[in-house]
Amino acid sequence: MQDKIKIAVVGLGKMGLSHFSMVRAHPNAETIACDATGFLVDVLSKNIPGLTVHRKYDRLLETEDLDAVVIATPSRMHDTMVRAALERDIHVFCEKPFCLDWRTAEALADLAEARGLVNQVGYHYRYVGAFQHMKKLLEAGAIGRVTHVQAEAYGPVVLRENKKSWRNQKSEGGGCLYDYAAHPLNLLNWFFGAPTEVSGSVLSSIFSRDTDDAVLSTLQFGAVPAQLSVNWSDESHRKMSTKITMIGTNGRLYADRQECQLFLREVPETLSGYEKGWTVKYTTELTEDPWFYLRGEEYSNQLDGFIQAVRAKRGAAEENDFRSAALTDKSIAMILEDNARSPQAAAAPAPSPAQAGRKRSWFGRA
Amino acid sequence: MDRLLFGDNQFFGINHMSEEKARAQSMRFQDTQAIMEVLDIAYDEGIRTFMCTTHDRVSQICDVVRANPGRYRDFIFYPCMPYAHKYANAVTDHGMVGAVTHFMPDDGLMKTMLSGGKALASKDVEGIVKILIDVEMKMFAGLDTPVIFLQNVFTDLLLGMGFNRAFRIFHDHVRQKYGAEPGYITMNMPMLLDVLEEQGIENPVICSNINKIGFRMAGGLERYLEVLRTRKLQAIAMSVYASGAIPAEEAISWIGDLPNVQSIVFGASSGGNIRNTRDLVQTHMGPVTAPGVA
Repeated sequence: MQDKIKIAVVGLGKMGLSHFSMVRAHPNAETIACDATGFLVDVLSKNIPGLTVHRKYDRLLETEDLDAVVIATPSRMHDTMVRAALERDIHVFCEKPFCLDWRTAEALADLAEARGLVNQVGYHYRYVGAFQHMKKLLEAGAIGRVTHVQAEAYGPVVLRENKKSWRNQKSEGGGCLYDYAAHPLNLLNWFFGAPTEVSGSVLSSIFSRDTDDAVLSTLQFGAVPAQLSVNWSDESHRKMSTKITMIGTNGRLYADRQECQLFLREVPETLSGYEKGWTVKYTTELTEDPWFYLRGEEYSNQLDGFIQAVRAKRGAAEENDFRSAALTDKSIAMILEDNARSPQAAAAPAPSPAQAGRKRSWFGRA
Repeated sequence: MDRLLFGDNQFFGINHMSEEKARAQSMRFQDTQAIMEVLDIAYDEGIRTFMCTTHDRVSQICDVVRANPGRYRDFIFYPCMPYAHKYANAVTDHGMVGAVTHFMPDDGLMKTMLSGGKALASKDVEGIVKILIDVEMKMFAGLDTPVIFLQNVFTDLLLGMGFNRAFRIFHDHVRQKYGAEPGYITMNMPMLLDVLEEQGIENPVICSNINKIGFRMAGGLERYLEVLRTRKLQAIAMSVYASGAIPAEEAISWIGDLPNVQSIVFGASSGGNIRNTRDLVQTHMGPVTAPGVA
């Protein structure tokens, strides 16, 4: 196994900076940074001894002999940046949401798989102990036939008008659906696969002029109905809170980042160590300590999974490959299509093409 | 440092075990008076150090303490800065540079320099850090702040990046301007200690999770224990109960047997729990206040 892999973190925004910190702390990574903004590039290169920082992505790929890249630029840029890396046989970890068009996401999955490259997307909730435990219980048939699912996420992202961040621009891949709802939706895909039907979708703008701040939708996964309820203009939450509730013929299953609660009517033979009634497991027992902790075990562990897969030349990610992220992109598209059919969507203005084509610096982005 | 320090997570809806419990706490402590009632119980039970984030609402607590010098004669604050969410939200609102500018005092020079988008020389980073520390310290004017901490999200972000010089800048400014001891909160204690020593910071105050089950002790429980046994630091243990996963007596007696742990920081919302922890610490670690002080 390769002792150290050479890896570049591209785009040092809110996510990128913390990825950079975690990757650089990893004992098996030699880390380079790339960002187009003068401020950060200068501050980092002047204060971190021995760090190479690139301003141009093309130059980075040309001049450095990279094993892997972590792409954390605004979502609109993912497509071309990911493709450029794959074409040079560089393994790719990309932030979510993956692509604004699911057909592009499928094409990138095809390319990465054909070349045998490790390809992964940053849906970190699949690395949260409580959700992993939920999946295990679901697959063991703990609650019987699932009859009712609710997937929710709330948090205080957009609380007033007139913000300049790319996250508030639909054309950049911003908005509550792409940025926030993608997480619980990705968990639904993980648990139940592809939605067969989407109805009742309502995307609402609360403070944002260009995009949605709240999402409601009903998704059918074969016989399993799920409701998605997401709002990122909710100040009553200190930070993002994502939760999944399932009711089945044999009980109820709930998980969030901290805990997994199971209610059993009867104890099925497939489960040992459980009692009738409530069993609650907390993050303290569901979590393994990573090599380095910054903002939650899941963020560290997903990067470790990626780095280890590259080192071992496994040719595929252990979790969250492009194919699975493409499914979430496709689910997002189904919600958008459904919303476009609804009467309230006809009244709302569509994003203007001028915005979509406007050249943006990376400077003001979050 | 006192043996037992009182933390503030419970007051601001931070609970690592349950979102429901966190919400109930943030409802209960919405009113600053409700926080003061709990602080009063702790203070009257001999726990006089309040280790607190530079949360906006802490400034109201500072006002109360300042206004009643007789009542709070021995009250000590250990400020922990910055309040990370304040900055994270500002970054979303204004971008990275905008966020820094946003918190700068409105006296022209710095704002102009930053808004020009000019590259900042390393010297200026030092200047920015100092100003940001001063801004955070404003609310504690006239109060006793013998130890000032860097919050774990910032410590660990800088630590991972290898921005090691920042620890030295923080250290020097806290010593020189405030005559206080710099402290560092981290989830990666062994790694941080190496870096602080490399920066010439000796015998540092480091606050990290230290608990019997090794919860959120990155680098591993064994490595932590080895560092405590063999290295020079003033360790403060937090999350000693691992969010309730370890029974109180078992947790404290285990900490009491460790070398080099100077203090425990804990949070509680009721007199019963405050007294219980104080009694356990007294039994297993000795008096809760530092010797030689009232």
